[in-house]
Amino acid sequence: MNSRDKKKEKKKLASTFPNMVLVLTVIAAISALALGFTYTATKDAIAQVEVKRTLKALGEVLPAFDNNPNDEKYMVEGDDDLQIYPAKTDDQPVGIAVKTYSDKGFNERIWLMVGFDKDKKINNISVLKHKETPGLGTKMKEPKFKDQFNGKDPASYRLKVTKDSGDVDAISAATISSRAFCDAVQRAYDALSKERKEVKDESQK
Amino acid sequence: MNLKNEFVRGLIRENAVFVLLLGMCPTLAVTGSAINGMGMGLASTAVLLGSNVVISSIKNLIPDKVRIPAFIVVIASFVQVIDLVMNAYTPDLHEQLGIFIPLIVVNCIILGRAEAFASKNGILGSLIDGLVMGLGFTCSLVILGSVREVLGAGSIFGIKFVSADASTILLFILPPGAFIALGFLIAAVNRLTRKRA
Repeated sequence: MNSRDKKKEKKKLASTFPNMVLVLTVIAAISALALGFTYTATKDAIAQVEVKRTLKALGEVLPAFDNNPNDEKYMVEGDDDLQIYPAKTDDQPVGIAVKTYSDKGFNERIWLMVGFDKDKKINNISVLKHKETPGLGTKMKEPKFKDQFNGKDPASYRLKVTKDSGDVDAISAATISSRAFCDAVQRAYDALSKERKEVKDESQK
Repeated sequence: MNLKNEFVRGLIRENAVFVLLLGMCPTLAVTGSAINGMGMGLASTAVLLGSNVVISSIKNLIPDKVRIPAFIVVIASFVQVIDLVMNAYTPDLHEQLGIFIPLIVVNCIILGRAEAFASKNGILGSLIDGLVMGLGFTCSLVILGSVREVLGAGSIFGIKFVSADASTILLFILPPGAFIALGFLIAAVNRLTRKRA
């Protein structure tokens, strides 16, 4: 093939079947190699980014702690997408964070990190990921909306917008995002209630 | 090849966005802010540079009938590489641009330059072509993003210049605003270039 190439230097390789198959195979193989190499080279950095993001959110939503909740996280039975991060100081539980979600948002799944103190009251909430409308749904990240949850006990505080006879003041013009936010917090609380027994057992140890 | 002419061609005369109207999907979708536009433009430029150079250097080895699939494989690989690198080193921007990074693959500018230029010209020429067309695309996205951000959010490159609760024209950072702003910008560019000619 090489000698033929040299002869027609300026001309393209003829479109015969073996030529086409060969060229496409070689190009695909080289591309695959390049991709494999990049994937390996960036894999650790990408994993780091995820961990850093989680830790930052945990620091925001939990009371002060001295363990690494990320190393002690566990899944909720029956829903692999929910994750629970216990926070401890001197091995005593001081709070617990739940990574939760809602599919009721305007665009895609909304991910929240909800921190509870040891009395199961909401300590703080951080928005991890969302695709809500800029300028409307994105206001759920602002303290004006999300801080109204702080210090509330979901056992008595109705996690619904006022329109649905709840206690939450919705973001104006973004009721759907507000509802999704409440839905995610409720899901976190439900998961925690289910886990309550286990957490108590742990604290008695 | 006159370098100055090339730049004029890429930035103004054959400007991908305002004149050729290529790559409208990322143009309209990600220009909600100037920084997003710049990120998208630079990512596309990087892909364009890489694909132009590679395609130009292997152009004689690719049989005519399979050139499009061959180009697309090359372009897709570059896009995936950029996607991974951005995910690792610029995670916030990567999150903002989201699905539109993988979609650079189907950006007409990239395949268009491969087909119209790189597959017919030498490596150096293709490199310059990729650079000027990419810069033209980036500048257009930054301009469009700035206009939308200034009108819609009262800020530029994330720096707010109006008070936090001042009401801005929200429409401009929503999808319809992209069409309106782009329309007016194209009109302005047409007016300016007509005078020059």
